[in-house]
Amino acid sequence: MTVHPILAALRLHKAAVLLIVLQIALTLAIIANATFIIGQHIQRMNRPTGVDEKDLIRVSQQWPAAPAGDDAAAIEQLDVLQRTDLATMRNLPDVQDVAASTSIPLLGGYTTGDITLHASRTGIAVHVAYYYGDQHLRPTLGLQLIAGRDFEANEIRHGRAHADSPVIIVSKPVADALFPSGNALGQTVYQDGNPATIVGVVERLQTPSRSDSNWAYHSVLEPMRVDDAYAGYVIRARPGREQAAMREVSKALVAVNPMRLMPEPWGGAHAFSEIRAKAYRSDRGIVLLMSVIIVILLCVTAAGIVGLTSFWVDQRTRQIGVRRALGARRIDILHYFLIENLLIAGGGALLGALFSFGLNEWLMTHYEMTRLPVTCVALGVLVMLVLGQAAVLLPARSASKVPPVVATRSV
Amino acid sequence: MFGYYLELAVRSLRRNPGLTALMMLTIGFGVAASMTMYSVVHGLSADPIPGKSSQLFMPQIDSWGPGDRFHDEPPDALDYTDAMALMRQHRAVRQSAIYPIGPSLMPTDTSRNRSPIMLDGYAVYSEFFPMLDVPFHYGHGWSAADDASQLPVAVISDKLNRQVFGGGNSVGKTIDIDNHDYRIVGITREWNPQPRFFDVQGGYYSVDGPDVFLSFQHSVAIHMISAGWDGCRKGTSDPQGDFVGLQRSDCVWIAYMAELDDAAVVQRYRQYLDDYAGDQQKAGRFHWAPNNRLRDLPAFLVYEHMVPSNIRVSQLVAIGLLIVCLVNTMSLLLAKFLRRSGEIGIRRALGASRRAIHMQFLIEAGVIGVSGGVLGLLLTAVGVLCMDQVLSSAYADRAHIDTSLLLLTLLTAVIATLLAGIYPTLRASRVPPAWHLKVQ
Repeated sequence: MTVHPILAALRLHKAAVLLIVLQIALTLAIIANATFIIGQHIQRMNRPTGVDEKDLIRVSQQWPAAPAGDDAAAIEQLDVLQRTDLATMRNLPDVQDVAASTSIPLLGGYTTGDITLHASRTGIAVHVAYYYGDQHLRPTLGLQLIAGRDFEANEIRHGRAHADSPVIIVSKPVADALFPSGNALGQTVYQDGNPATIVGVVERLQTPSRSDSNWAYHSVLEPMRVDDAYAGYVIRARPGREQAAMREVSKALVAVNPMRLMPEPWGGAHAFSEIRAKAYRSDRGIVLLMSVIIVILLCVTAAGIVGLTSFWVDQRTRQIGVRRALGARRIDILHYFLIENLLIAGGGALLGALFSFGLNEWLMTHYEMTRLPVTCVALGVLVMLVLGQAAVLLPARSASKVPPVVATRSV
Repeated sequence: MFGYYLELAVRSLRRNPGLTALMMLTIGFGVAASMTMYSVVHGLSADPIPGKSSQLFMPQIDSWGPGDRFHDEPPDALDYTDAMALMRQHRAVRQSAIYPIGPSLMPTDTSRNRSPIMLDGYAVYSEFFPMLDVPFHYGHGWSAADDASQLPVAVISDKLNRQVFGGGNSVGKTIDIDNHDYRIVGITREWNPQPRFFDVQGGYYSVDGPDVFLSFQHSVAIHMISAGWDGCRKGTSDPQGDFVGLQRSDCVWIAYMAELDDAAVVQRYRQYLDDYAGDQQKAGRFHWAPNNRLRDLPAFLVYEHMVPSNIRVSQLVAIGLLIVCLVNTMSLLLAKFLRRSGEIGIRRALGASRRAIHMQFLIEAGVIGVSGGVLGLLLTAVGVLCMDQVLSSAYADRAHIDTSLLLLTLLTAVIATLLAGIYPTLRASRVPPAWHLKVQ
């Protein structure tokens, strides 16, 4: 079948054709960008933390009216409180392991610093986030130790948070950035000028920050119980006993010392799954919102194509009848409308591809947005073509059912 | 004539119920999506203190220098040195340095609770209360003299008053905060402006209002740590719990607000800030020319991007959806109207003017707009109620369904549909008289 008669027919309906082309183009531009945004958020939500998240519990709390400053007696007092808590929780039936811990992945709060190869802080500097904790931190979080050893009990210091421990455990990306040849274990590096020996390397550990950055997995474990107003713990519950352990922990902590602040939403005992859900709440929200908009958009455009084609079929009933009478088969009529739609949708998709990149360009200059990949647009083009063909099928079929005898009737 | 055209429109719409429903749904969904997002953005960018916001100014002083500026902007809060200098020189009508605190309400022998309660509060100067028109239930704020003598005085919220004292006039009673006794001088009414513009960096959206206000100078004297963001320059270490270290640092952890009544006063204050920075440069503290900003509250909140960019992008996408819906309605109307060329031709042949045809079809478009708008109203209400599935409650709470939103939704729907109807009606009115009769 030649395309020429179709084009000639379309020329008679310039305005309607132009409108439907414009609609397809706009739809494509929006769904390509929205899909891209959805993809980015889903990718963020699927980032692994490196932590064994099942049966992991976080306790966040604060001591009221905690003394500030470097008063040794005050620091000792805070440490006693913390050690009492740790001992109390360790004895609970559903608790497998417990560790002092300033932060965990996805929690948000963190401190950072630079690790260098030289005391003079020249050369390679790797930006890292610090996780302070005791010798139980690595096993409780369930981090995979790929080289070296855990901290020994006698290596754990306590006091105000300072990244100046003589021994540290680093995540693999930190080890690789400092020692590309892979011999990080046992090496001495400098944390703000203070020497530290790498005694262990863990496979993966995301920083507590939720944002995307080129150092999102640059984490360092510091063997230190931090004595501060804020005291946090991580707990590994016995398998399947997460909820029971959470209840036990909350009760036991208040019983052993009621003078503590655990205000919701951040305070108290929370399962890691809750922390994950909360951290990615807005990402999930945007995915939901964009998905709803995409679905409405596709429905509207499909319905628009059905409506317009039905109108055309209706208008051309006589012509179709004449063609059938002159020997055209039903399949020819069907093909006519399918090809007509393919031309319109194709034109719309081409224009839409341009719109997609334009919209993306505009979003990039005004909002935090990255470049739209061509595959996203290509997928969008495909979706629009398939949508067009699917939408036109119903009216095209009814067109093909027009009997040849219509040609002989005068309306 | 209007009544007759209305009747014609309804009859015509009834003749193709499928097409009519499609157009209504299209308008309804398009309008609802964009109005839902509009209500969120409108709620988030609403003026937190109407009538006063244009007189409130947030001075920004470049204490970090060119190397640490972001887009050539000075830091958006003050360090302790600058905040205290500005307070001492006291050049505005009213002013206050402010920092967020999170002290604890200690349990007493008689209280039911054995555990302390964390309070959400601010350390402020006496002028904070009249400057921000804080409403009082009982009592009032403290005096400038109380500030100077660093008295342990407190203004508490009505909620905290009910929690601790069971309500009533508790002015004069004492309350134990962080093991210090504070004399209550005032109890505020429910006061929770959104966002909390008096917090550092334009604040944040919160479901509950602040519980307590303590005197800034007293809080500093007892080294009450800041519960907020320390705002330390990149590459410098955050003093964290070390209060004296924080006071000496150039970390910007203090929000500063000044009340300036008219343009001349604002101009003088601007000059004053530049003179201050110039003096600091002469004294050797700043090694760069003055680079200050003095934005009023609305401008400051815009500068701080209080509406998250993903919400703005979502709003844009929703508007995009509305545009597609309009284009769709336009092509459907065009198809529908032109299909009735015969009818139009006969009407024209019988003497109907172009104007009359125009009116008739515009009214038909209007009917679709109104009915689509009513559907849009329902869908907008559903959308706003569903927002807490999508956004955190502090954001979702900002979206309200009120009369103005409902009217705006209906208006948007009608105007949008009429716009979409302009071209199709124009085409319909150009159908020549009896054209159809000739063909047959």
